Amino acid sequence: MVRELRITPIRNGTVIDHIANGLALDVLRIIGVRDLDKDSTVSIALHVRSGKIGWKDIVKVENMELSPRKVNAIALISPSATISIIRDHQVREKRAVDLPEHVTGVVRCPNINCISNQGEPIESDFRVVRRRPVVLRCAYCDRQVTDFLRHLA
Amino acid sequence: MALRGRDIVSIRDLSTEEITEILDHARSMIPVAEGKKSSSALEGKVVATAFFEPSTRTRLSFEAAVQRLGGRCLTIADIGVTSMRKGESLYDTVRMLSSYSDAIVLRHPNEGAARLAADASDRPVINAGDGSNQHPTQALLDLMAMHETFGTLAGLKVVLLGDLKYGRTVHSLAIALAQFGSELVLSAPRALALPEDLRGELESLGAKISDEPELRRAVRDADVLYVTRIQKERFPDEGEYRSVAGSYRVDASVLDGAKPQLIVLHPLPRAGEVDPEVDRTPHAAYFRQAFLAVPVRMALLSSILAPTRGG
Ligand SMILES: Nc1ncnc2c1ncn2[C@@H]1O[C@H](COP(=O)(O)OP(=O)(O)O)[C@@H](O)[C@H]1O
Ligand SMILES: [Mg+2]
Ligand SMILES: [Zn+2]
Repeated sequence: MVRELRITPIRNGTVIDHIANGLALDVLRIIGVRDLDKDSTVSIALHVRSGKIGWKDIVKVENMELSPRKVNAIALISPSATISIIRDHQVREKRAVDLPEHVTGVVRCPNINCISNQGEPIESDFRVVRRRPVVLRCAYCDRQVTDFLRHLA
Repeated sequence: MALRGRDIVSIRDLSTEEITEILDHARSMIPVAEGKKSSSALEGKVVATAFFEPSTRTRLSFEAAVQRLGGRCLTIADIGVTSMRKGESLYDTVRMLSSYSDAIVLRHPNEGAARLAADASDRPVINAGDGSNQHPTQALLDLMAMHETFGTLAGLKVVLLGDLKYGRTVHSLAIALAQFGSELVLSAPRALALPEDLRGELESLGAKISDEPELRRAVRDADVLYVTRIQKERFPDEGEYRSVAGSYRVDASVLDGAKPQLIVLHPLPRAGEVDPEVDRTPHAAYFRQAFLAVPVRMALLSSILAPTRGG
């Protein structure tokens, strides 16, 4: 563990560990780095050796805790990820991400003619029809989505 | 009655038992649909028919069904007369409509519109076609036309011909046929093949599916030939439309090698896919099919709007 803390330890924030190798930048997109407060540091470790999953990525964000929607989006692209909440340099909470049965507001429907893409006052809504690998089905137009990385809202 | 108060958005919303129940009920409604018997099953009910896309048959058959059962219709038949043009959301329009009526029948050009309407409305919503997605009540009457001829749906060999990509009637029908254990033969131009995910869903339902683009070969030992129209309005571009327009046509000679009992169905309107000479053969069943729209929609509406026990 000491070996892994090559990046600056944080006092308060969130560590997203065990991200599937190569997906750290997508996780950053989900987190929305632009929303962070300007004094916060974001550190990324790419291609880190991991006993559990071979190679992994890690993202550490200072002064931020993730909304359930963002956690769901991370679960979608990397079900292996774990989320640790750091307070006062200590890991206070640690949990695996969990994909719910419905994913709302996270993925845009790839069907441009879908009612969820017409400016209606609703959120996108997908049912998880398979978990490994993840397959989603739009609750509105029934379109199946597997390449949701390309369709994050 | 298990259907009371239910939304019918997709054919997936109905089990085979429920479909069988609706078809039995529809059979008993035939004399009412013909005006030979009267019924007051929908007396005092108001059904909104909101059609944001052109329709003749579907809207009129729903309205005929309501009126024959003693109910009244509230009609939005032309998008130009509503405030949707002024940018009101479908969501708001449906909320308003649901406060004026007991049920809403909706047709809309966007896929998923009926699901959204069902969420917005606290009255039941019946999908009368959402873009290229689903048209469950058409599937019910298609099934009734087949059942009326063969007395069963299990084991029927059904050729689905034409636009299997954008054709919402075949999407709903194929799912129901797969659930009833019919065999499906897909006959479509390559550009209009059934969507992959739907095909996968049919396979997971245990359907026996084959492809036969050559029409004469497809009909050879079939029981039903289900013909669809290529709908220009569904194509994202004109070029794609032109490449497939007129690529198939059913005439009497195509049916030469078919079984004598084979029936030809078509959701209508036709635009040249079925030659009028087929009308004079015993295979033509599409006008009977069109009539069945009324008793099927009567059965569905009266089940959904059935009074509560004692009420
Ligand atoms: N103060 C800190 N600053 C930055 N990262 C931390 C801090 N404390 C723990 N971590 C990281 O949070 C994750 C979870 O921590 P921990 O439960 O201690 O380790 P592990 O999951 O490797 O058993 C690990 O990736 C660890 O490197
Ligand atoms: Mg509702
Ligand atoms: Zn959709």
